[in-house]
Amino acid sequence: MPTPLVVSDVAKSFTMHLRDGIRLPVVANVSFSIKAGECAVLGGPSGAGKSSILKMVYGNYAVDRGQIIVPYRDRLVDVAAADPRTMLGIRRDMIGYVSQFLRTVPRVSALDVVAEPLIARGVDRKDARDKAGSLLAGLNLPERLWSLPPATFSGGEQQRVNIARGFITDHPILLLDEPTASLDAKNRDVVVSMIQQKKDTGVAMLGIFHDQDVREAVADRIVDVTAFSVPNGVAA
Amino acid sequence: MTELATYNFAYLDEQTKRMIRRAILKAIAIPGYQVPFASREMPMPYGWGTGGVQVTAAVIGPNDMLKVIDQGADDTTNAVSIRAFFQKVSNVRVTTKTTEATIIQTRHRIPETALQAGQTLVYQVPIPEPLRFLEPRETETRKMHALEEYGLMHVKLYEDIARHGRIATTYAYPVKVEGRYVMDPSPTPKFDNPKMHQSPALQLFGAGREKRIYAIPPYTEVVSLDFEDHPFEIQTFSEPCALCGAKGSYLDEVILDDKGGSMFVCSDTDFCEDRQAEGNGDHLSANPAQAAANPAEAAE
Amino acid sequence: MSDIPLLKVKALSKFYGSRIGCQNVAFELWPGEVLAVVGESGSGKTTLLDCLATRLAPSTGSVEYRMRDGQFRDLYRMSEAERRFLMRTDWGFVHQNPADGLRMSVSAGANVGERLMAVGDRHYGKIRATATDWLGRVEIAADRIDDQPRAFSGGMRQRLQIARNLVTNPRLIFMDEPTGGLDVSVQARLLDLLRGLVSDLGLAAIVVTHDLAVARLLSHRMMVMKDGHIVETGLTDRVLDDPQAPYTQLLVSSILQV
Repeated sequence: MPTPLVVSDVAKSFTMHLRDGIRLPVVANVSFSIKAGECAVLGGPSGAGKSSILKMVYGNYAVDRGQIIVPYRDRLVDVAAADPRTMLGIRRDMIGYVSQFLRTVPRVSALDVVAEPLIARGVDRKDARDKAGSLLAGLNLPERLWSLPPATFSGGEQQRVNIARGFITDHPILLLDEPTASLDAKNRDVVVSMIQQKKDTGVAMLGIFHDQDVREAVADRIVDVTAFSVPNGVAA
Repeated sequence: MTELATYNFAYLDEQTKRMIRRAILKAIAIPGYQVPFASREMPMPYGWGTGGVQVTAAVIGPNDMLKVIDQGADDTTNAVSIRAFFQKVSNVRVTTKTTEATIIQTRHRIPETALQAGQTLVYQVPIPEPLRFLEPRETETRKMHALEEYGLMHVKLYEDIARHGRIATTYAYPVKVEGRYVMDPSPTPKFDNPKMHQSPALQLFGAGREKRIYAIPPYTEVVSLDFEDHPFEIQTFSEPCALCGAKGSYLDEVILDDKGGSMFVCSDTDFCEDRQAEGNGDHLSANPAQAAANPAEAAE
Repeated sequence: MSDIPLLKVKALSKFYGSRIGCQNVAFELWPGEVLAVVGESGSGKTTLLDCLATRLAPSTGSVEYRMRDGQFRDLYRMSEAERRFLMRTDWGFVHQNPADGLRMSVSAGANVGERLMAVGDRHYGKIRATATDWLGRVEIAADRIDDQPRAFSGGMRQRLQIARNLVTNPRLIFMDEPTGGLDVSVQARLLDLLRGLVSDLGLAAIVVTHDLAVARLLSHRMMVMKDGHIVETGLTDRVLDDPQAPYTQLLVSSILQV
C-alpha cells in the first residue's frame, strides 16, 4: 500500500487584491509524509500556517506550488492540481476532516448531520443513523439533542457533533483541526481513545492540537511548521 | 329580382369565395387544423354566425338545398334570418328536412338523423381554439398544435374531475381528429360528439371573428378526449321526448308556466316533427308535471 | 458518480448586438453534481442559464446533452419538438418567480400532474396519487391538492413549482434564484428541501444565484461570472474560503456576517 499522504515542497500565500495586490506568504517548502496508522501533529505558534496546511490537503485552499499526493482509485492523485470532481471523490472516499467549527445546515438534525457522510457513500440511511447514534452516545451528547439542528448547541456540543461526523466513516486519511478545543476532560479522553482506535485500524492522521495533554497522548510525531515559515514579504 | 343593384351570387364576390375555398381545401387536407382566412364583414354582427355564413356562401351552388338550424331548431330567429339571407342572395331552395338538404348550416347541434355521403354540415364557431382558456397566448397554442403538445387539454379534464367528481364539460368537448389535431367541435353538446366520428358527410367549421376555418373530411376518426378511469360518456335523459316519445335524442327543457312546470322535448325540431307525423309520442304532453318531476341531466 | 458527463458546454457565447451577454463559457456537468453560477445582476449568469436551458439561442458555441440512450446531442441541432420534450421530461426549470413556472389558475394537483399528462399518462387516479405523493415530498398537505397556487404562500408556491418539475424524474434541473424574494426562514426550509431532493434523486443541477450562502449550501462546484466572463471556477468551499480572482475576493468580502 502506498504512503497515504505525501506533501512535497508545498507553498502557500494569499494575494490580497483588495489591498493593492499585496502578497501575504504563509508557508513554503512544506514537505512531510504520513504512514498508515500514524498520527502526525502540526506544531508551531498561532499564525504559523498549521490550519492552512490542513486546508490545502483537504482542497479547501488553493496551493501555489508543490504536490500533495494521495492514492485514489489505484492511482496517485495530486490534490494541489486535482479538478473539483476528483477532489469531491477524494473527500468522499479518502480524506475525512474534522474542522474547528461546525457549519450547520438549517433544519437538519444532529443525527443526520453525523450520518450524512455515510449516506453519501451509499450506506443505508437507517444503518448510518444507528452508527451516528452510537457515536454521539459515546461522546456523551444527550439523546434529547439528537433530533435538533445543532445551530443552537453550545460550542462543546457542536464540536462533538463535528467529531462524530468526521469519525463516522472509515476514510484512510483523517484531518483534525483542534477537535478537542471546547471539550471538557471527560470528552477529551473519549476523543483520544477514538483517535487511538483509528490508528489501530491504519488510518493516517494529521492534526492540530493546542492542548498539550491530548497532543502527547496521540502524537507519534510533531511536524514543526515554523520550519516552513517564510520571512515576511519575500515569499517565492 | 327587379332591384337595380343586385348581389353577386351568394353575396360574396368571386375573389373572396376563391380565397375561402382555398382555406377550406387546406382545412380538408389537414383534418382538425385551424386555417387562417381573411374573414369579411358580413351584414350581421359577429357572434351571429358570420363564419358559418361565409363558409356556406363559398360552397353553395344554385342546385343546392339549404337547411339552417340553431340549437337544433329550424324556426329560431337566427336560423330563419340566415335561411332568408341565402334565399335572397343566392335564390337557392331551402328546406327544414335533414334528409333533403345538401348543405346544413348549424349552431350548437348535429341533426339526430344520420347524415349521408354528399351532405355538408357547416358549423358556426365562436372560439376555435380549444387550448385558449388554459393558454391565452396564441403564439404558444399554435406551437402546441404544431408540436402535438396536448397535455394541457387533459389538465382541463383533470380539473373537472377534481372539482366535480366527473368530467363536467358538457359542450365544446375537445376531440382529437385523425389521431393528430385536438379540435374544438364548437359549442355542440358532447351528446353530438360521437356523430362526428366516421361521418359520411363533410363537416366544415367557420369562425368569423377569429378568422379560422377547419374541417373534418368524410369518414374521419374523431375521438373525444378522456381518462382511462373516467371514460367519455354522453348525456342521457331519464324520460323520452314529451312530444314524439323518442328515446336517445337530445332534449331541451321547455318551461310551460310560472309555477315551474316544464317538459322535455327534442331539440331537433325536424326529427321530432317527423316522428310525430309517423304517429309517435304525444303521451306525455298531456301531463307535463310528470316530466318535470324527473328532471333530466342539465345539458349545459 | 458516473464517469461520463451529462452536459458538455463548449465556447458558448451570446451577444446582444455589440454587447456581451456571456462569452466563451466552457464546462462539463456530471450526474449528481450541483453547479452554482454566481455573480451580480448583469454579470451574464441568467443569459448563460437561458442559453443552457434552450430558452435563448446562443450566438456561438455548443451545448451537448447526454440523452437517456447514452448518445450526446447538440441541443441547438435538435428539432424544437425534441427540445421541448426534453424540457418537460428529462429537465426541470425552477423560476425565481413561481408564477412564471406554475399555472396559477389550475389546482396544485393539476400543476404537478401536467407533465405526466403531457407524456401520455391517461389514468386520473394514478396521476392524482402521484401528485399527492409529490406534494407530500415538498411538504404541502394533501388536502391542499385541489387549491390553486394563488391561495398559497410564496414558499409553498416555490415548493409546488419544484414538485411540478420533479414529477417526471428529470436528470437535470435549472434553478434561477430559487430562494429569491423569500423570507429567511422560508429560504432555509426550501434550501434544506432542495438539498435533500437533489441528493436523494441524484439530480444534476445548475443554480444561478447572487446569494453566496445559497451557493455554499447547495452546490459542489462554483463558477463566478463578471461582465459575461467566467472569472473563477472551483470547488464551492475553495472558491469561497480562498478566492483567487480580485472580483471573487470582492464578492466574498461583501458578504454580511450575521
